[in-house]
Amino acid sequence: MLSKRIIPCLDVRNGKTTKGIKFQENIDIGDPVEMAHHYYLQGADEIVFYDITASSDHRDIMIDVVRRVAETIFIPFSVGGGIRTLNDMHQVLLAGAEKVSVNSAAVKNPQIISQGAKSFGSQCIVLGMDVKKVQATPELPSGYEIVIHGGRTYTGIDALEWARQGEDMGAGEICLNSIDADGTQNGYELILTALISSNVNIPVIASGGAGNIDHLHEVLTRGRAEAALVASIVHYGTYSIKEIKDTLNLKGVKVRKNW
Amino acid sequence: MISIIDYKAGNLKSVERAVNKLGFSCKITQKKDEIINSERIIFPGVGAAGKATEDLRQLGLDQILLQAFKEEKPILGICLGAQIILDKSEENNAICLGLIRGNVIRFPSPLLSQEKKRLKIPHMGWNGVKLLKEHPVLKDLKEEDEFYFVHSYYTLPASEKHIIGTTNHGIDFSSIIAYKNLIATQFHPEKSGTAGLSILKNFCLWSGTDVE
Repeated sequence: MLSKRIIPCLDVRNGKTTKGIKFQENIDIGDPVEMAHHYYLQGADEIVFYDITASSDHRDIMIDVVRRVAETIFIPFSVGGGIRTLNDMHQVLLAGAEKVSVNSAAVKNPQIISQGAKSFGSQCIVLGMDVKKVQATPELPSGYEIVIHGGRTYTGIDALEWARQGEDMGAGEICLNSIDADGTQNGYELILTALISSNVNIPVIASGGAGNIDHLHEVLTRGRAEAALVASIVHYGTYSIKEIKDTLNLKGVKVRKNW
Repeated sequence: MISIIDYKAGNLKSVERAVNKLGFSCKITQKKDEIINSERIIFPGVGAAGKATEDLRQLGLDQILLQAFKEEKPILGICLGAQIILDKSEENNAICLGLIRGNVIRFPSPLLSQEKKRLKIPHMGWNGVKLLKEHPVLKDLKEEDEFYFVHSYYTLPASEKHIIGTTNHGIDFSSIIAYKNLIATQFHPEKSGTAGLSILKNFCLWSGTDVE
């Protein structure tokens, strides 16, 4: 039986790990290579890096981070943010990432999902979805809408429809981020997560809102997520990955215990 | 020297990095003479069986692998590299290398857990292995160790004696197979933390001869 995965997420800006609330007011909190190694030793099942560097001139800084991470940790890790072309994907994979995540670029050009899957395999294409709750309408029947630019731009795309389309086009996994929950530490968006996860046949990683271990427990059970992203609660030392896993294990969630 | 066979299939660098980290030298190569002169061979792979077997044949590496197998060089197959050593794959109906008798088949759909919950395909993430037999490469494995998998097809060797370990994802499937100087894991040891690195290390030290 598969274990539920606990995945620390590191937002990286100009080569430094940073953390903001609702994509605003970022502060630097450490070196991504050191932090990744620390989480690897603590039992993280995977690591997600999200490059939020504003300027594309600094892509090589991120590639260097990826290369150094790949020499340090021996678990899968993915890189998202600023991936716009097949060449961007290739650079990141070549530097040692296991997966790439596309978000806004896929909204603007959905073909990048199928092209990426065809070139590098579905297993390494993650569809990142930023989602906001809206009034359900005939155009947005699920009541959840895909947003881009950190939640500032509404796309008119229904989140459930987009998830299904992403799967059809060859995405191997979905990383589902609730913009409403992100940074609040009030818990994951359970209804959204369960809705998406039960309607696609690829794994769903829940993102946004973790404040305590109960939140992780909820999203991995009622929310039907295969994996959960954690950021603040591990970055600021509220819990270690080991504490999270031990507690989940006691609550009957299967997690990887040996590393 | 260890050859990591390069036939355009997937992330070879991660295997190279893991082997180097363990203190062994290795080379990613598609040169026949280099491969046949190396001490041991790692045969990785990510992608689809059809394209992979096609590329292997085009490079003439199918014959090299057969030769290396006959010469009793230790060979480690990983993921797709663990599948295309059998006779045939349902994926693209690919004719494979036939080093071990048997086929590669897709997980049945719908796939249900013991609690009758629908399971997803691909089988992606960390899962355990139940060892059925001892093997020098697996000597450091602990019962609770888990490994990183990502696949939609699995191996079905014709003879049960080639199945060394099984994993459950709705069904029990063979996740480690071995025959003579060949051992193959459906999971990625290079991405499976310390448990995976121990398998790679033991392979790098394995004579390849002390198993049936």
